[in-house]
Amino acid sequence: MELGRVFVEVNPLLFNGLWITVEVTFLSLLLAFILGLCSCFMGLSDKAPLQWISKMYVWLIRGTPLLVQVFYVYFAIPQLFQFLGFDLRFTPFSAGVITLTLNAGAYMSEIFRGAINAVNPGQMEAARSLGLSKWQAMRRVVLPQALRICLPSLVNQFIITLKDSSLISVIGLADIMYQAKIYVGRSMESFATYTWVALFYLVLIAVLTKLANTVERRTQI
Amino acid sequence: MTAQIKIKNLHKSFDSLDVLKGINLEINKGQVVCVIGASGSGKSTFLRCINRLEEPTGGEITVDDIVITNPGVDMNKVRRHIGMVFQQFNLFPHLTAKQNIMMAPLELKLYTKKEIEQKAIELMERVGLSDKLDALPRQLSGGQQQRVAIARALAMEPDIMLFDEPTSALDPEMVGEVLSVMKELAAMGMTMVVVTHEMGFARDVADRVIFMDEGIIMEEAPPTEMFTAPKNPRTIEFLNKVLSVK
Repeated sequence: MELGRVFVEVNPLLFNGLWITVEVTFLSLLLAFILGLCSCFMGLSDKAPLQWISKMYVWLIRGTPLLVQVFYVYFAIPQLFQFLGFDLRFTPFSAGVITLTLNAGAYMSEIFRGAINAVNPGQMEAARSLGLSKWQAMRRVVLPQALRICLPSLVNQFIITLKDSSLISVIGLADIMYQAKIYVGRSMESFATYTWVALFYLVLIAVLTKLANTVERRTQI
Repeated sequence: MTAQIKIKNLHKSFDSLDVLKGINLEINKGQVVCVIGASGSGKSTFLRCINRLEEPTGGEITVDDIVITNPGVDMNKVRRHIGMVFQQFNLFPHLTAKQNIMMAPLELKLYTKKEIEQKAIELMERVGLSDKLDALPRQLSGGQQQRVAIARALAMEPDIMLFDEPTSALDPEMVGEVLSVMKELAAMGMTMVVVTHEMGFARDVADRVIFMDEGIIMEEAPPTEMFTAPKNPRTIEFLNKVLSVK
């Protein structure tokens, strides 16, 4: 139970892990943002098959736990491919990015949908009345306002995904949580180690929140 | 002279509710037509059918010799020539007044950026807001917002302007500034269809006044006739109600 000594020892390990955590989270969020937008537009389109794909995707992801999704991507899908005669294997890193992208993408799809619906329909009408196509009106008028509206929910999702990334350690991704478990297994210093891990996450999320607040203030309409 | 807007047997229903039950109307170039009537009479729906913000369920609308109710018509192109002003202004809140005016012409690449900017400055001057070019909508009063909205519509150089109760959401002291911009437009020969509760404006500016009730045109007359000697009992009842208040 020596916080100071443990910190000095575990610090380099945690920093290594922290870098992986940030990398996985950032990459996943970036891809999830694009995937979420695509799924959202499919959901809002007037073509039934596209709507159905979007609905199904959100339904599947929201209806299953993240841990199951991680195992599914890392273990189940490669086995399926093997059965079909393909050799497809993921590294823990790519499996982590795929899972977190699919997971956060579904929630972001719903966040975007809600925000677009929250923009006054008069905005779309005004843009259309000027001769803009539906897509032009969406891009120049509705989307900028929707993104502003959903910023708080989006930041919330960023934070959730950052924390969820700790689950990827179960398939062997050497993130901050993985490093901590290894160290605890060696030293038995659970209390000190996990206290530091918690603090690392706290600081990371505090920085993220601060950043988000600044963006929110700057983009006020 | 052929009419610029021709409306034949226009019908519109929402599910089982029939809002428009056969409207027939012709409007010539440069005419100002005011549409009056109680709320729920279908006058806004009628106006919104003219640029197909509302999809007609029956009938035919012709604008500048194009039958816009035909399925293959490129409405985006047609709408460039039909400006619209809304009751709630609907300015884009994330853009400044100038950007609001420039957005559509820029996006549609109608002119060079320089020309469009010049045009925006001229239009803002025309509506008396030269000093508000860089103001955001929330920094403007209702009357100022509506004048920017008119300028925004004019930036597309429309030859028809539709007004959907343009002064109904304004504080009384701001009604005048918007109406005077509209009067100026009318004097310059713009074809205008104005849904309004401003009977004074209808009397002074309109070439024809249309009274709508229950989804049809009950009475149509020049303003002097409409306001001094209405014939239809429903018109008389309506005008008695709105004019006696004043």
